[in-house]
Amino acid sequence: MTDRILTTRMDAHPADSNVLARYEATGGYAALRTALASKTPEEIAAEVKASNIRGRGGANFPAGVKWGFLPPETRPRYLVVNGDESEPGTFKDRQLLERDPHQLVEGIALSAYALDVRQAFVYIRGEYPRPARRLQRAIDEAYEAGYLGTGILGSGFDLDITVHLGGGAYICGEETALLNSLEGRRGEPRIKPPFPAVEGLYAKPTIVNNVETLSNVPFMINQGGAAYDAIGPEGARGTRLFSLSGHVRNPGNKEIVMGMTWRDLIYGLGGGIPEDRAIKAWIPGGASAPWLLPEHLDEPVTIDDVGRLKTMLGSGAVVVMDETTCVVKAAHRIVRFFAHESCGQCTPCREGGSWLERMLARIESGDGRMMDLDLLLDVSDNISPGLTWPPKMTTICPLGPSATAPVTSIMWHFRNEVEAHITGGGCPL
Amino acid sequence: MTWSQKTDERAQAIIARYPDPRSATMPLLYLAMHEDGHLTEDGMREVAARVGLTPAQVQSVASFYTMYKRDRTGRYLVSVCTSISCMLLGADDVLAAVSEETGVADGDTDEDGLFSVEHAECIGACGGAPAVQVNYELVEGVTPEQGKALCAWLREARPEVVLGDEMQELFGGQRSFEWGPSETAGAVGPFPAFEPYGTAKEGR
Repeated sequence: MTDRILTTRMDAHPADSNVLARYEATGGYAALRTALASKTPEEIAAEVKASNIRGRGGANFPAGVKWGFLPPETRPRYLVVNGDESEPGTFKDRQLLERDPHQLVEGIALSAYALDVRQAFVYIRGEYPRPARRLQRAIDEAYEAGYLGTGILGSGFDLDITVHLGGGAYICGEETALLNSLEGRRGEPRIKPPFPAVEGLYAKPTIVNNVETLSNVPFMINQGGAAYDAIGPEGARGTRLFSLSGHVRNPGNKEIVMGMTWRDLIYGLGGGIPEDRAIKAWIPGGASAPWLLPEHLDEPVTIDDVGRLKTMLGSGAVVVMDETTCVVKAAHRIVRFFAHESCGQCTPCREGGSWLERMLARIESGDGRMMDLDLLLDVSDNISPGLTWPPKMTTICPLGPSATAPVTSIMWHFRNEVEAHITGGGCPL
Repeated sequence: MTWSQKTDERAQAIIARYPDPRSATMPLLYLAMHEDGHLTEDGMREVAARVGLTPAQVQSVASFYTMYKRDRTGRYLVSVCTSISCMLLGADDVLAAVSEETGVADGDTDEDGLFSVEHAECIGACGGAPAVQVNYELVEGVTPEQGKALCAWLREARPEVVLGDEMQELFGGQRSFEWGPSETAGAVGPFPAFEPYGTAKEGR
């Protein structure tokens, strides 16, 4: 069984996995040749749908289903690739962009052919100039070789790809904020519906897919969507890149078949915790995700199993915290992030996020009050009523509710430690 | 002040890549920073005139994003990531060391215009924490001592082009992943180095 799809080339050919010659020599652009010579766009779309891949950007929505929302008649349509990777703990798209950019370019070309798109955009966060340069060079090579541009490989299919750098705003990873940003506006999320598939970039039908999602498409065309669907458990098909960081011996991106346990991931692939210290908690899917605890180490790593634990795999970012971690400091640091990155449109997020941040700051420094404990949950409840999972929203997008995840994580599981900051006038660790 | 012919040509080439000129606003804001060293009111007017917006509209866009620096910014913008993964591995000490070595507090620029120092939210280098960027070129696995040495080197060597591989080699440690072949292009100011925007240059 295939256990890796995305990272085999870069591991086998570290010196030049990003270059066209190496990509072609290792089977690259064969899928695009086959598609343009002998397959219809509908056949390509059907393979992606059959793969049952769920989007790798964080929402885990089935990509083939998303494609199906395009209205049949309206043109032009746009394909926008989300490379704004900014969820704290996540660095997988950066590796795909730097180390195997042609894999993505071919994925974009195949998808654009399937979706009858003539112009695609790749939105890359502004702090990623190196990944952007690598991708741009791959695009330049692909134009030169006839894989992009007009009349691709002698067919009637045309495609242009433009790389667009962001300006340092996390919220632009939210797809409608990204589209506003790409239109030259403030990166404020739009009210949905309409969804981008119906009214997206320039109010035209637009598909927004993540870098990792589209990097899998060449495999789906070479091997067939069914082959992809045969990998991994139901609801978590294919391989997936997990970004492992924090207190682990071997941090990095791990491409795995979902279904292994957290223990396998953190102690096996991650090599465990330095100096064999005890694990205290970990974030299973980026800063927006509620934390998991040592009692969950033998739970399976799949999208739905993690959902049952009332948290999420999100963007696949696993941040491990050992016994030396001050949970108040960790939560404060995450809430500070969301408070800083709030776009400011919705009051509960704009005001609530910074209020939570200020309360956590004073608790961390030993100036907290006992009433802050209830107030933390009360303010969180105003941002996300009931503090349920999945979160209910009083806001246009999920950024506000994300700020409550670290708060409930420490209040529900580490309340004694939070209280000790208040009674003891500072961190007890 | 108006833009040079070369910058103007670059701006027109960028605008041509989009169905709507307004979409070129963000790339042109980086061009404006390249022209003036940071984003000036003149620069925003130049952008506005080319993308069909008012200067106020351009300012509204620019002020939304942290990378458009509307205050005087140093030749070397040192951004220390202090988000969760870097914090867990000691980023606060790296930031303190960088501030001590440069004499520049978080969020400030020195009088000579050599250094700006800031704490950054997650820069996608969590596997190589703690991470630092100089003009958005990355160094991973930076200790407080190496952070100081990096700033001292910038002050002494004054590289015209800031190269990530060079800094990583001299001052870095643990990486998020193997970087692959080295890069010869780098940054010439406190904005991202990207060839199509004309903001990158070949280094040594």
